[in-house]
Amino acid sequence: MSGGYHIVVCGGIVPDPLQTLEPAVGPTGPALRNEMMLPAVLDPWAGHALFEAANLAKSQPGSKVWWVSMGPKAKLQQLMMSMGQKVPFELVALDGSASGFTESAEVAAALAEAISSIPDLDQSRLLLIGGWESASRGAGSTLQIVGERLGIVDQFQGVDEVSVQEDGSLKLLERVEGGKHQISVCTAPPIVVGWATGKLPEPPNNPQIGMMNMRTVMPALQRAKAVQVGTGSLNFVSVRLPEQRRSTRIVKDATVEEIAQEIVEWIKD
Amino acid sequence: MEKILLLAFTETDGTLGKPGLEVLSAALKIREGLAGAELVVGLVGAKVGPAAGQIVGCSPSRILGVEGEHFSQSRYGTDAAAAEAICKAAEATIILAAGTARANRVLSGVAHRLQGNADTHVCGVDVADGALKVTRWYYRQRMQAVLQRSSRPWVIICDPSSFAPWTGSSRDDAFEAVAVPVPDSMRTTVTGTQAPASGAQTIRPDTEVLFVAGAGWTKSQADGKVKVNEAEPLILGFLDLTKASLGGSKSMVDLAGEGQQVLSFMTHLNQIGQTGATPRHPKGLATCCHGEEPHAVGWRFINERRAINKDPNCGWAQGKADVLYVEDAFAVMARVNELLKESK
Ligand SMILES: Cc1cc2nc3c(=O)[nH]c(=O)nc-3n(C[C@H](O)[C@H](O)[C@H](O)COP(=O)(O)OP(=O)(O)OC[C@H]3O[C@@H](n4cnc5c(N)ncnc54)[C@H](O)[C@@H]3O)c2cc1C
Repeated sequence: MSGGYHIVVCGGIVPDPLQTLEPAVGPTGPALRNEMMLPAVLDPWAGHALFEAANLAKSQPGSKVWWVSMGPKAKLQQLMMSMGQKVPFELVALDGSASGFTESAEVAAALAEAISSIPDLDQSRLLLIGGWESASRGAGSTLQIVGERLGIVDQFQGVDEVSVQEDGSLKLLERVEGGKHQISVCTAPPIVVGWATGKLPEPPNNPQIGMMNMRTVMPALQRAKAVQVGTGSLNFVSVRLPEQRRSTRIVKDATVEEIAQEIVEWIKD
Repeated sequence: MEKILLLAFTETDGTLGKPGLEVLSAALKIREGLAGAELVVGLVGAKVGPAAGQIVGCSPSRILGVEGEHFSQSRYGTDAAAAEAICKAAEATIILAAGTARANRVLSGVAHRLQGNADTHVCGVDVADGALKVTRWYYRQRMQAVLQRSSRPWVIICDPSSFAPWTGSSRDDAFEAVAVPVPDSMRTTVTGTQAPASGAQTIRPDTEVLFVAGAGWTKSQADGKVKVNEAEPLILGFLDLTKASLGGSKSMVDLAGEGQQVLSFMTHLNQIGQTGATPRHPKGLATCCHGEEPHAVGWRFINERRAINKDPNCGWAQGKADVLYVEDAFAVMARVNELLKESK
């Protein structure tokens, strides 16, 4: 597109997936035990969105990427130490909860307001991007609602590919049932794209990009507006861990023949 | 008094698919449990008449439909407009829908238009003491929550395979057409679907068995050799004989993305786990994968779990599988395939 895209990536933080998580009772509803102590990472699907956004921006001269992120300020700062070195962006930080137990509509309202306040953002060039689901709430609803609030009715979820066609239209591949992709063509922005895995690996750290980003990251963190997001009209009756352990029968000394027969019987059962 | 709306997108032939019939079961359970509740069915698609006839046996108080060429496409703009119009016409307070790709794309946005809220990936509904409760998972299937909502409308989007599909008699039936204003120019056009480039259709959500292949299939084996060429026919042979669905661990699908010599039919869409899919199948067989926690999370909805791994201390042994076979998966799967062939 002439002049490039204005790409806004919404991406939050989640506890490192390798951590053991346990529910706890917080002051305003459910929380995670030791939530503030848990190491945080960029929400994986939002990460794919960020890398794809940067790649698209690079291929379309004049484009710019903003990364809008809500989380406890200290955790955002930690995250920026690593993610800030990967791709160029301008950070828009909101100091608020990153809990999966909050109401997505409240999070969406805060994000939409932050996006609307970005100076010089041109909605006619806007690609509003994020992960199709978070690894915390996993609802797939936040981006949709941000899109609605900004009046964007061309929305795509579970996207693995966006390509700009010769006539400037956008071709999108969305995950649908049975391991297939639905192909859509949208004539022009603004659009909402909830990314699935996409095609790009995580870029290596690049200290030069880090230096460039840091010029805007630190002021953005200092400016970060404190926002209150709660559980809205949700009432959590219970939050519990599932029964984790099965009593595993370990078959060590059987022959291949015996094992194969047992598996076939089980499958046919 | 609650007004329950079952909202469904019809198949191309105008019928209601299995996920819609499953959610109808849930809707009927709620109608039964909430005194004075009423059930309305709302259908959207190119054609909806066949679906109206299909579900009339559940005695809905109304059947509303939005049909026409515009609604044949699974597209946000038209689907949101249709769903919004139906919800308003039904004056629904509780809206239930199956979490298909089509519904998931749009219904949280519709909830916003209705000044309501949506809960997605719901896998259980219950009514006790006149109150509706739903169950869903948080933190990628790590913890399960039971929820209530004090506000209405409440949009509840249920994961497929969470309920037994409703069965009942069908007969031709009419529906009340709901008018939906469609903008003159729709900017988005759905042009079709495509299967993964490899051509092999390996993801089959409705089958009995999930077969998961881990990165071990591509690692050097006891004789120091990599045997991907042997792994491919073994896995495809098993899928062919059992019609199982294929999953992969993250390591496995990432290898594929990195262009290494790997299973040609394995893509990111096959990935099971924390950052992949959490499919529902009665049985799952994991082969050559380690069964770490982020991976086991993807197995949450697999009822019976068995694994084959050479390492007796792999993650599956730690209370995650029902049975762990400590053996070479190449040898076992070759024999499994032979036995399956013999018994055909
Ligand atoms: C943010 C994040 C998200 C993640 N999300 C996911 C996810 O969604 N899904 C996922 O799967 N993982 C996920 N993981 C990665 C996960 O932690 C593991 O790294 C990954 O699952 C390991 O894959 P694997 O078991 O296939 O491979 P490996 O760990 O390499 O294990 C290979 C196994 O194969 C066995 N083996 C080798 N040869 C044979 C043979 N001939 N017969 C029998 N057994 C054999 C070996 O004993 C070994 O146990 C995630 C990690 C992070 C940090």
